[in-house]
Amino acid sequence: MTTEPFVVLAALLFSIGALGVLVRRNAIVVFMCVELMLNAGNLALVSFARQHGNLDGQVAAFFVMVVAAAEVVIGLAIIVTIFRTRRSASVDDASLLKY
Amino acid sequence: MSPLLTSFSPVSAALPMSSLMTPAPMSEAASAVAPAAAEGVFSLMWLIIVLPAIGAAVLLLGGRATDRWGHLLGAATPIASFVLGVVMFAQLLGRPEDDRAVAVTLYDWFDAGAYHVEMGLLLDQLSVLFVLLITGVGSLIHIYSIGYMAHDDRRRRFFGYLNLFVAAMLMLVMGSDYLTLFLGWEGVGLASYLLIGFWQYKNSAAVAAKKAFVVNRVGDMGMALAVMLMFATFGTSSFAGVSAAASEASVSTLTALGLLLLLAACGKSAQVPLQSWLLDAMEGPTPVSALIHAATMVTAGVYLVVRSDFIFNEAPAARTAVVVVGVVTLLWGAIIGCAKDDIKKVLAGSTMSQIGYMMLAAGLGPAGYAFAIFHLLTHGFFKANMFLGAGSVMHGMNDEVDMRRYGALRPFMPVTFLTFAMGYLAIIGFPGFSGFWSKDRIIEVAFAENIWVGLAALIGAGITAFYMTRLVLMTFFTRRRWAEEAHPHESSAVMTMPLIVLAALSVVGGVLALGDWITEWLSPVAGIEHHEAGLPAWVFTILITVTVAIGVAVAWVLVGKRDVSSTAPANVSVATKAARADLYGDAFNEAVLMRPGQYLTRSLVYADNKGIDGTVNGVGGLIGGSSGWLRRLQTGFVRSYALAMLSGVVLVVAALLAVNLA
Repeated sequence: MTTEPFVVLAALLFSIGALGVLVRRNAIVVFMCVELMLNAGNLALVSFARQHGNLDGQVAAFFVMVVAAAEVVIGLAIIVTIFRTRRSASVDDASLLKY
Repeated sequence: MSPLLTSFSPVSAALPMSSLMTPAPMSEAASAVAPAAAEGVFSLMWLIIVLPAIGAAVLLLGGRATDRWGHLLGAATPIASFVLGVVMFAQLLGRPEDDRAVAVTLYDWFDAGAYHVEMGLLLDQLSVLFVLLITGVGSLIHIYSIGYMAHDDRRRRFFGYLNLFVAAMLMLVMGSDYLTLFLGWEGVGLASYLLIGFWQYKNSAAVAAKKAFVVNRVGDMGMALAVMLMFATFGTSSFAGVSAAASEASVSTLTALGLLLLLAACGKSAQVPLQSWLLDAMEGPTPVSALIHAATMVTAGVYLVVRSDFIFNEAPAARTAVVVVGVVTLLWGAIIGCAKDDIKKVLAGSTMSQIGYMMLAAGLGPAGYAFAIFHLLTHGFFKANMFLGAGSVMHGMNDEVDMRRYGALRPFMPVTFLTFAMGYLAIIGFPGFSGFWSKDRIIEVAFAENIWVGLAALIGAGITAFYMTRLVLMTFFTRRRWAEEAHPHESSAVMTMPLIVLAALSVVGGVLALGDWITEWLSPVAGIEHHEAGLPAWVFTILITVTVAIGVAVAWVLVGKRDVSSTAPANVSVATKAARADLYGDAFNEAVLMRPGQYLTRSLVYADNKGIDGTVNGVGGLIGGSSGWLRRLQTGFVRSYALAMLSGVVLVVAALLAVNLA
């Protein structure tokens, strides 16, 4: 069984995620796009694990999921806090940290 | 072995010789007069220096608490030193001729590897005469200053500086090493600076003090280099060590040493080309001019040359240079003295000129050393006398110094006039007076050396007679040209008493030469040598007396018989203008040394500011500017960062692919 379609799908998902991060302003959507990219990476890892016939990639995918879960907790907490103080979830509004 | 090198013994055990030269063999002539160890009264030799030093310390550190009695302490310390000096002189007189040098080592000054310097004092035939001159004339001038500075509320400080000067000068003449001499040398330079600028609120005094210090520094450089050269060649700088090694050294080394010492002497003794500071130094109080700039400090150069006889004896070229400097200066100073209207500046020009005579004699070698010292002593008497007399005149004339505002002062200041007249007769060489004996000897020995040198010295004597007669006529004779508020009066006894003593010394100072006493006395130090001039001595005496008489007569015709104007005439000859401008000595220094130096420093400052600072600041500015511009990339927009990261990743991946596919 060829893994090529899975890898292509992973590439597509990654591109959509990256595009979303770049063009969307809503922090929640940007956050979801980041998750999309992570999962695209997971899909690629799993696909290559299948192709090479070992479990290394699958193990790595588990690690990514765990880290992503932790990141969601922190990230959502930050987004909620920003929304509470600034009444906005736009990433362009939170641009105080600059030169 | 030259019989002239008889002053010191090679104490070879105590002197680490440089490995560059072989140790000098013990010379029999030199070892005959090894300085004896100090015993009895001589072990108190250090007190001569320390007493005035303590006086200076008490007066300068004691503050206002010592104001009331400071001048008395200040005058007492040189007198005490003088008494000690007289006692030691009497003791030396009682000793056999070859045992009159006494040395005392106080402590090791420093000991650095091969270089070892002892803080030692040496009292021999030469230095004891200086001790007597410095403390004797110095004491009289201290006493005089009590009256002269009575109305100055900083009198106590003045006496502190005077004591400092006396201590330093005694250190200079009693040190047994060129380095201890140098210690005193710098000390008198400092004291001279402080005293010239004593009235520092006057701009001219502050500038004159600075000028004296800077010009002296040029000479001091010669002295420092000479000490370094001695250490490099001989491994020692003590008189004994250098004199022992000098006979073995090459002529070129000794010539270099001699020329460096001459440079040092020129600075301290105001000889051409370092003469320019002395005339300005007259800005100081008059007792300072008398003590430092006439009787003692300015003669340090002559002392240095005579003390270094073991170097100059072996270096004829350096000796010739000394003679040339002496001849040029004696004419230079005399010509300046003819045109000045400031009474102190006439005396200053005369001082330069008389020290020129001493240098001339010292440059003639063993034939002249003793006469140089003899003239130095008599000059110390009569010039201090005349300076103090000029101070007394100024004191009675509201500090007026312009002789064109004097005139007919004789009946108002009888004591000042009479004492001044003694000094005047002494300096022009009136038969019988002290200057007659000392100057005649120098001119005679100059003729024996070289007819032109002798002629220059003879002409100098004529010019001396002219300008001194002019001074006396303009001050004490001719008509009154006083300022309206002037009320000339005689000075108090505390000022006239030193004048009387110095006048007496000016008259009888010639007794030192009775039976060639001074030549014999100094012969163990300076050697002895008779030059025959080819003509009997009385011919020279007549020649000199006639020249002096011509000088006096010319002054009488040009000044005494004419009406002296109370302002300096502007329409004068080129020669007078030149003499009034110190023969353009300052103009020369300014054009040849100061201006190019200023241009050099200015261009260096410009190169530093524009070149070096420009480069450093430019690099800093470039980095600062570009980072300020790069900083703009930090916009704060998360999405632009993300785009930058993505572009970076794409770039890296593309590069990897390109490398892999290629």
